[in-house]
Amino acid sequence: MFDPIQVRQDFPMLRQGKTMQGHPLVYLDNASTTFKPDCVIEAMNRYYMDETSNSHRGDYDLCYNADRRIESARHAVAEFLGAEDKEIVFTAGTTESINLVAYGYGLKFLKPGDEILLSVAEHASNMMPWFRIAELTGARIAYIPLEDGKITVEGLRKSLNEKTKIVAIAYVGNVLGYVAPVKEMAKIIHESGALFLVDGAQAVPHLAIDAKDLDCDFLAFSGHKMCGPTGIGVLYGKYENLCKMDPFLTGGGMNVKFSKDATSVCLPPPMKYEAGTLNIAGIYGLEAAVKYLASIGMDNIRAHEESLKRYAIEELKKTNMVTIYNEDAPSGIVTFNIHGVFAQDAATLLNSKGIACRSGQHCAKVLPEELGTVATVRASFYLYTTKGEIDALVEAVKKGGDFLDAYF
Amino acid sequence: MPTFELTPAMMREIIMDHYSAPRHKVSPDGEGYASIHSSSVNCIDDIDVFLKFDGQGRVEDACWNGTACAISTASSDILCDLLVGKTADEADYLIDQYRKMIHEEPYDSSVLEEALAFMNTGKQAARIHCATIGWDAIEELLKEHRHVG
Repeated sequence: MFDPIQVRQDFPMLRQGKTMQGHPLVYLDNASTTFKPDCVIEAMNRYYMDETSNSHRGDYDLCYNADRRIESARHAVAEFLGAEDKEIVFTAGTTESINLVAYGYGLKFLKPGDEILLSVAEHASNMMPWFRIAELTGARIAYIPLEDGKITVEGLRKSLNEKTKIVAIAYVGNVLGYVAPVKEMAKIIHESGALFLVDGAQAVPHLAIDAKDLDCDFLAFSGHKMCGPTGIGVLYGKYENLCKMDPFLTGGGMNVKFSKDATSVCLPPPMKYEAGTLNIAGIYGLEAAVKYLASIGMDNIRAHEESLKRYAIEELKKTNMVTIYNEDAPSGIVTFNIHGVFAQDAATLLNSKGIACRSGQHCAKVLPEELGTVATVRASFYLYTTKGEIDALVEAVKKGGDFLDAYF
Repeated sequence: MPTFELTPAMMREIIMDHYSAPRHKVSPDGEGYASIHSSSVNCIDDIDVFLKFDGQGRVEDACWNGTACAISTASSDILCDLLVGKTADEADYLIDQYRKMIHEEPYDSSVLEEALAFMNTGKQAARIHCATIGWDAIEELLKEHRHVG
C-alpha cells in the first residue's frame, strides 16, 4: 500500500500549500479532473523544450524521435489496458472517442429500426452522440432499466432484442459511481450479436483494466481524469472493429494517397483515425501518467479510494444532516445533499471553506428523475485524497444551515 | 454606496425570506405577458421570466418560475418586487446599478432597496451568474418591449 501523504509530494498543486477562500485547498472533484504529478508536466515540457517536431515519417532525427515517442506511448497505454498497440487510437478525450465510434461505426452500419441501448445514468458524452446517430440513421434509443441506480445483468437481458446493434454504457457511473458488471454484460451482448462500447472515463483512472478479459468491443477514456494532460484521450477498439469503421476525421496523417478524382486510400488503424497533427505533448504526458499510476498500482489506488469512501459515508451519516444517494457504490464517489440546502448553495458553502466539490446534474441530465432530486453535490476522491480532507468536508457539512454565510 | 449600514444578518434575512417564500414565483396564465427562458451551462438554474406593462408604460406585473438555487431565487424575486410600477427607463437604470454593484464598481444604491443584500456576491465569483440570471432575462424583455414599442 502507498502513503497518500507521500504521494502528495509528487503533485505541485498539492505540495505548495495552495489555499482557496483563505482555507487550505481540499480538492474533492477528481471525477471532473485530476491534478498532475511532476513526471507528467516534465514529460510535456520535454516535448516543448527539447524534442519539438511534428510526427509522421520525418526525414530528420527530431521527427524520427517524435514518431518513436508516440509509438512508445501507444505501447505504454496498450500495456496498461492489456491490449495490443494497434488497438490504441489517440483522440482528444472520451467525448471524441465515443463520437468516433458513433460516426465511424454507427453511421455506417445502423439501419432504421435498429436499437442503440444506453442507460439513463449516462454522461452527455455517451448520450448525445447516439441521439445524433439515431436521428441520422432512423435507429432508435432504448434504455437498460436501473435497479436502485445500478445496471444489472437481468436489466440488460430484458432490454436486449434482435434489433439491438450497439450497447453503450459507463463502466463506472459519473454521478453515483456504481460499477457495471461489464465482463458479464459483454458475454450476453455478444451472444445477442450486438457490439459493446464501454465509457471508461471514470473507470480507467481508478480500476485495473484488462480489455481482453472484459472483452468489450470499444473502451473510451480521457487522460486528464487519470493524472494526465487535458486534450488527450484514447479509444481502444478490437482490431477487427477498428478495421470495419469509417474515419470520423479525415486529412493529413491518416491517408496513404488521394487523387484529383476524389478517391483516397486510408492508412490502417490506428493511424486511420488520427487525422491532423496529434496532441504530441499530450501523448508524452499520457505515457508518463499511465506509468506513474502503474508504479503505484491500480489495485492499491482502488483499495485506498474504497476505504476513503467507507470513512466518508460513516462520518457524513453521523452528522444526521445529509441524504446520501450512493452509499453502497464501491468507488470513490459520494453523491449527497445537505438537508434543506440546494446543491449549488451547498457547493458554494464548501467553496467558502476551501473545499472543491461539484454540484448539479454532473452532465447526466436524465438521472435526476430517477433520484427524485434536481441536483446533488458530488465529492470524488483519488490516490492523493486523505482522511483529513474528508474530515474537512464533514466539518463544513455541519455548517450547512449557515450556507448564506459564504456571501457575507 | 448605501447610506446605511446593512449587516450580514439583515442581508441573510432578506435573502432567506425571498428564498423560502418567494412572492413572484409563478407562471402567469393571464394575457399580455412577454416571457423569456434563461438557463445556464455551468449550473442548473433554469427559469422563465415574465413581464407585463400597463397602458401607461409602467410595469404592471413581473414574475418568474423554474429551478433555482437560493441566490437566483431571491435575486429574481427581489427584482420582480422592485420592477412593479417602474417605466422601462427606470427598470433599465435599476438593472444597470445592480450589475455595477455585483461587479464591485461604483453604483447608485438609492434605487436598489432589498437587492443590496447581494452586494457581496463578488466574494463567491462562481455564483455571480446566479445573482444576475433573472436580471439579464428582464433586460432582454425590456429590449424587446422597446423594439415592439
